[in-house]
Amino acid sequence: MKPNVYIYILVMTGVTYLIRMLPLALAKKEITNPFIKSFLFYVPYACLAAMTFPAILSATASVISAVVGFVVALIAAYKEKSLLTVALFACGAVFIVERIMAFAA
Amino acid sequence: MKKESFKQGITDGIPIALGYLAVSFTFGMMAVQGGLTIWQAVLISLTNLTSAGQFAGLDIIIAGGSLWEMALTQLIINLRYCLMSFSLSQKLRRDEPWGHRYGVAFGVTDEIFGVSASKPGKVSAFYNYGVMSVAIPGWTIGTLLGAISGSLLPDFIMSALGVAIYGMFLAVIIPPSKKNRAVLLVVLGAMAVSALFAWVPVVSKVSSGFVIIITTILVAGLAAWLCPVADENAKEEAHEA
Repeated sequence: MKPNVYIYILVMTGVTYLIRMLPLALAKKEITNPFIKSFLFYVPYACLAAMTFPAILSATASVISAVVGFVVALIAAYKEKSLLTVALFACGAVFIVERIMAFAA
Repeated sequence: MKKESFKQGITDGIPIALGYLAVSFTFGMMAVQGGLTIWQAVLISLTNLTSAGQFAGLDIIIAGGSLWEMALTQLIINLRYCLMSFSLSQKLRRDEPWGHRYGVAFGVTDEIFGVSASKPGKVSAFYNYGVMSVAIPGWTIGTLLGAISGSLLPDFIMSALGVAIYGMFLAVIIPPSKKNRAVLLVVLGAMAVSALFAWVPVVSKVSSGFVIIITTILVAGLAAWLCPVADENAKEEAHEA
């Protein structure tokens, strides 16, 4: 017999929350080991970079609009614009490129 | 101070919510097509707040898989949050009540972790709550709308919103790469390794959750070994807090 949908949801939620909660609850001490400290300093950059590329290339309807969105976001981020501004510039660039492509096709 | 952190969180949460709308809209639509009720789809989004894990979980529910399969799949796909929470455990202010960690934990997603990691020095739990107060409604309402409409968003909206989250990630990682050579190398190295996983035949079978874990441990570990962060840096961080 299939389990009830709500039991599935309970298991999903429980496992996912525990994964997120345990390290936060258990790592009570401030870490002083220089290697682990350095490792944790680099984690966000490695992690976000790995999630961004090459996934961004398939985030839109065509690789061309994705590349343009990527480059525009890179430039805006290089100019140290805020998170929202960079995101909106990327969205806008993708939108415009796809409109042009639709028009040209 | 709390209020300021919360407000800053709301601002940084807006691009996250925008990106979430498109993905969760698709999730809501697929859940209802798979036979779930609108309420069940919304409940999953509200309680799980994760994209890959929810899509995989939905497949298991629809296929009638076992609960063990569900638990194991969630564990594997979402294991990267473990790494993020560990990183965040050192980043959160230590003068705020410990109980806040249980609240912050609920909102550890790729994106929320990304913005809180980008703050200089220690970060307040209230900053995370601010981000969550925008991102969670974005994710849940997107699911609701997708579940009700039952059809995909038009391509051009999907495309434009789909790129928002990556734009935000770049806004987090690029400015520090300008100032710190080691960070720049970490960013380029991680992109290269994950591209390798995506494009090289055999290894491209590795699931995306694992690619992120492997790449992060490999690249951040190598950087920590080759360019350990000097104590001066740590002191500076402490001052900014």
